[in-house]
Amino acid sequence: MGPLAIDTRLGDLQPEFWQAAGETLVMATTALLLGGLLGLALGLGLYLTRKGGLYANRPVQVVLNVAVNFFRPIPFVIFVAALQPLARVVVGTGIGTPAATFAIVVAATFGISRIVEQNLVTVSPGVIEAARAMGASRSRITFTVLVPEALGPLVLGYTFAFVAIVDMTAIAGVVAGGGLGSFAQRFGFRQFDDVVMWASILVLVAFVMVIQLGGNLLARKVLRR
Amino acid sequence: MTEDLAAQLDEPLVELRGVVKEFPGARRGDAAHLAVDGVDLRVEAGEIFAIIGYSGAGKSTLVRLVNALEPVTSGSVVVDGVDVTTLPEKGLRELRRGIGMVFQQFNLMESRTVWGNLAFPLTVAGIPRRDQQQRISELLHFVGLADKAHARVSDLSGGQKQRVGIARALATEPRLLLADEATSALDPDTTRDVLDLLARVNRELGITILLITHEMDVVRRIAHRVAVMEGGKVVEQGRAVDLFADPQHPVTKRFVGTVVDDLPAADVVAALRERHEGRFVRLAFRQQEVRQSEVFATFLRHDVAFELVYGGIEEVQGTTFGNLTLALTGDAAAVDRALAEVRPLVEWTEVA
Ligand SMILES: Nc1ncnc2c1ncn2[C@@H]1O[C@H](COP(=O)(O)OP(=O)(O)O)[C@@H](O)[C@H]1O
Ligand SMILES: [Mg+2]
Repeated sequence: MGPLAIDTRLGDLQPEFWQAAGETLVMATTALLLGGLLGLALGLGLYLTRKGGLYANRPVQVVLNVAVNFFRPIPFVIFVAALQPLARVVVGTGIGTPAATFAIVVAATFGISRIVEQNLVTVSPGVIEAARAMGASRSRITFTVLVPEALGPLVLGYTFAFVAIVDMTAIAGVVAGGGLGSFAQRFGFRQFDDVVMWASILVLVAFVMVIQLGGNLLARKVLRR
Repeated sequence: MTEDLAAQLDEPLVELRGVVKEFPGARRGDAAHLAVDGVDLRVEAGEIFAIIGYSGAGKSTLVRLVNALEPVTSGSVVVDGVDVTTLPEKGLRELRRGIGMVFQQFNLMESRTVWGNLAFPLTVAGIPRRDQQQRISELLHFVGLADKAHARVSDLSGGQKQRVGIARALATEPRLLLADEATSALDPDTTRDVLDLLARVNRELGITILLITHEMDVVRRIAHRVAVMEGGKVVEQGRAVDLFADPQHPVTKRFVGTVVDDLPAADVVAALRERHEGRFVRLAFRQQEVRQSEVFATFLRHDVAFELVYGGIEEVQGTTFGNLTLALTGDAAAVDRALAEVRPLVEWTEVA
């Protein structure tokens, strides 16, 4: 090492660094895919069971709303710990990347469901009515009219949700979930190694930016159809 | 034109009997709202039947009962021999495939092109993709949008959107077309074009049209028969020409007054009196055969001078009729004799 070398262990920590980056990638993409799908389902449920909705059903509507309103505001740092017992049942372990991913998927599902619901509300009820007047079934209307009509804003909503998901991956350390967030904390923040910390931050930011850019491009393409 | 069409056909295409639609109050405990209150209506196959009324009269609710987008509270709705009030969901979907619907706000799918919008009802009706092409291109030609097949909906003008809306409604070759304020979002020129298109749908394709509007001019242009709605009830109905010629209900009179100068209003009469003397009578020319010159010649023969002070000649569905208010001057007895003599020729009323 030369005389100008900055005091950092980033070089030695390279394997751990890339492993942490990989863990973040796995947690975030799994959460986006699974949480995205489940959130879509829950969001559709919230929207469709509303008064005047295609599947209007007051009791179901109340149950879904109460569930979402209860779980969504819980701070993730507490949520991930509280969900440990359930994680043991579902993914077989209460710690590590699987348990953290499980918690993120659940939290993302609740968060995304509201985003989905809000975007579905913007679809003109007249378009739904027209589809009904043409004799389309409710499920056909849901998947070939409702969702496509809301697709542009939905893509933007999912892009927005992804940032929140990456935020959650940084807290996975609570259950030893790993990822760049806890890596930055353990080897950067606690060891006063700014280089390690900023390297982690840069990778996280790049990660979010790539997704954001992709989401914006996709949304524009969808909206321009 | 189709004056005696209704008489020719005995089976109505749509028949409403004692139809009631009640909406529950917005909150628990609020009084229920009677949007449609005991309506009886027959729409004959082949005609253009208009329902006119002010906003909130219950027109949209009524038309949505015909394709059962809303269930009735009581009464029966029979379309093409089928009571739609007893149909299960699956039967309803089939029924709706045989009824086209056109909307004020067009209600096209922005996520699809014009082509995609027209393909939707065909796909719903189970028509395979390879057979859709020809039908879609026929439809586009019929509505004059052959060059817009691959346009995005958001790039179309209001009139073009409504043409797509009409093409979409015709896609599955329905017998009945429901049009809820189909021209109310359009400017006057475009309105005329779209009404012409609807008239063509009726004339060339033989499709029965049940049309809703709050504009009497729409009725004047294309409706064969009309029902006037107020407060959920049909307050008057009949042939369009008859309603224009001789409106009975106050609401009908107000609607007719928006396109036809019927009787001058009280303040107009007062103003006319300041400028004209004599006796004011309104002549209602109804029969095509009655020549105005005959009536006027009678006045002249009795030495009664006349001056046209109000009114005009109107045309509804190819029938012209006049509502002319005259100021008659001359010997009082002569005026009486002249009016008695024209009585068999033309209906007249004193304008007080
Ligand atoms: N889904 C509904 N729930 C409650 N009230 C309704 C509903 N739809 C219509 N109404 C009420 O019924 C009445 C008639 O409405 P509508 O049929 O839309 O009238 P129009 O089409 O003649 O303007 C209005 O007072 C309206 O507020
Ligand atoms: Mg209406």
